[in-house]
Amino acid sequence: MTIQDRGDIVAGSLPPDAAHDTDKALVLAPIERDAPKAVKEPFRPIKVIGPIAVFGLMMGTWYGARLLLAPYKRFVLPPPHRIITKAFLFETKDGVPVIRNAVFKATWLDIKVAVVGLSIAIVLGVLTAVVMSMAKWLEFSLWPYLVALQAIPILTVSPLIGAVMGYSQAPRILVTVIITIFPILSNTLFGITGVDPGFHDLFTLHGSSRWTRLTKLQLPAASPAVFAGFRISAGLAVIGAIVGDVFFRAGEAGLGQQVDVYNSRLNGPATWACIVMAAVLGLAFFAFFAVLESVVVGRWNTTKR
Amino acid sequence: MSVPQISFNDVSRVFPDGTHAVDNVSFSVAAEEFVSIIGPSGCGKSTLLKMASGLMDITGGSIDVDRSSIGYVFQDATLLPFRTVQRNVELFAELHKMPRAEATRLAAEAIELVGLRGFEKKFPKSLSGGMKMRASLARSLTLNPKVFLFDEPFGAIDEITRDRLNTELMQLFVRNQFAGLFITHSISEAVYLSTRVLVMSARPGRLIAEFAVPFEYPRTESIRYTPEFARLTGAVNDALHSAYVTTASASPQARVAVGGAR
Repeated sequence: MTIQDRGDIVAGSLPPDAAHDTDKALVLAPIERDAPKAVKEPFRPIKVIGPIAVFGLMMGTWYGARLLLAPYKRFVLPPPHRIITKAFLFETKDGVPVIRNAVFKATWLDIKVAVVGLSIAIVLGVLTAVVMSMAKWLEFSLWPYLVALQAIPILTVSPLIGAVMGYSQAPRILVTVIITIFPILSNTLFGITGVDPGFHDLFTLHGSSRWTRLTKLQLPAASPAVFAGFRISAGLAVIGAIVGDVFFRAGEAGLGQQVDVYNSRLNGPATWACIVMAAVLGLAFFAFFAVLESVVVGRWNTTKR
Repeated sequence: MSVPQISFNDVSRVFPDGTHAVDNVSFSVAAEEFVSIIGPSGCGKSTLLKMASGLMDITGGSIDVDRSSIGYVFQDATLLPFRTVQRNVELFAELHKMPRAEATRLAAEAIELVGLRGFEKKFPKSLSGGMKMRASLARSLTLNPKVFLFDEPFGAIDEITRDRLNTELMQLFVRNQFAGLFITHSISEAVYLSTRVLVMSARPGRLIAEFAVPFEYPRTESIRYTPEFARLTGAVNDALHSAYVTTASASPQARVAVGGAR
């Protein structure tokens, strides 16, 4: 369809007269019919070359820095290739090389704790925020304690949680929930309550119920803020899973315990393998929610991160 | 003249802080009538519409109108950013629990009427200001209201687009024959669109002048350049200037403001 056609539709529904000819001329001139186009940023080679160069520089520094250490200290900084071969790929068992899986097992445990903890925090956080947005008295009553919960350094509480709940999965999950729930809850709450009053007027004019308002206006409008909360908490969930593990020093070993064990055995490559896995895990969680966010709200959201 | 669709009977509004926004305003708008209200900023023009629609309480007098058949177009297009044009235009039908197919049909019709066909799947972020306003108009058109309230809908739109939208709105008015009540700051817009132009004084807002506009509908752009049009806009302009002066002698607050400006 051409621009001309659209002009005809408006004019065509009514008796034609001289003015419509002038109108058509105006329609043809791209004054306001041209919607702002999404400008696609051109590809720039530096976006690929830059990070690769920095990676090379870091690796070079690593190998170099290693040589600056006294020989008996060099175990703390094993060369990167040895981390891969010694800690991830093989270990020799009775002279036969097998895939080493202690680090992967520990990682898998942390993944489970982080996923379960984060899921609970998402459900609990979003629900609490919705309830708080509907009952102001509840918001006023609970808010100080939520801020306090957020302010308490989790390291100080973890040993107590372990002592009370034992060293199974449950206390680790609890630690994860405690440190991930606040960003989700506060972002959801601000998103829901921060909806433009003009939109509320629309729904008021058409006699909408609270539920309609919540589901058709507030929650969709809040979704960018909600997803921002998820993203922040995703990174925290990995930290929560590991922190719980470090402090309990008991039960099935996650990355937190493993890194401690390897370090005390002066096993440099394995120590670093744990660090690498923890970093990969944090990134993966963050990336998952970043992608989910762009799929769900990316098409319409106007605020750029 | 047919039966009034909306009547303001001695309507007053005093805000909780004691500000007297609107004072004893009486007028009515019949079907097939388009009335514009023009007046200084803050004179309570928008307050009139908010009271008529029920968004704001009336503190004195009464307004007779069928609230179930009001279309209300704000200065801001208020399109939900997370809905496409099509879904935005469907919103009101959806809120009134109409069947999905009916909502879709009404929306398609309204979208065609405002010239937005081809843009149904776009999100508001990729529309220009004028297109957003068309979508907003379409949304209200779906329910085919008997009374249409416009609160400076084209205030933030450039003049060329505004003139176009004026013509299109006038055509919609001729086609749907609603009772239109239009708030604006633009004298020529008011005269071009309306059967009557009312002038309001500065706070507390009172009606101080009324002009009948004799041009036949549908009007064409060319009437803007006739001597009669110029004479009318001139007269409205004079009344609008006296709006400031009259109030200065009527209200102590306004006098202070004028005195301070000297």
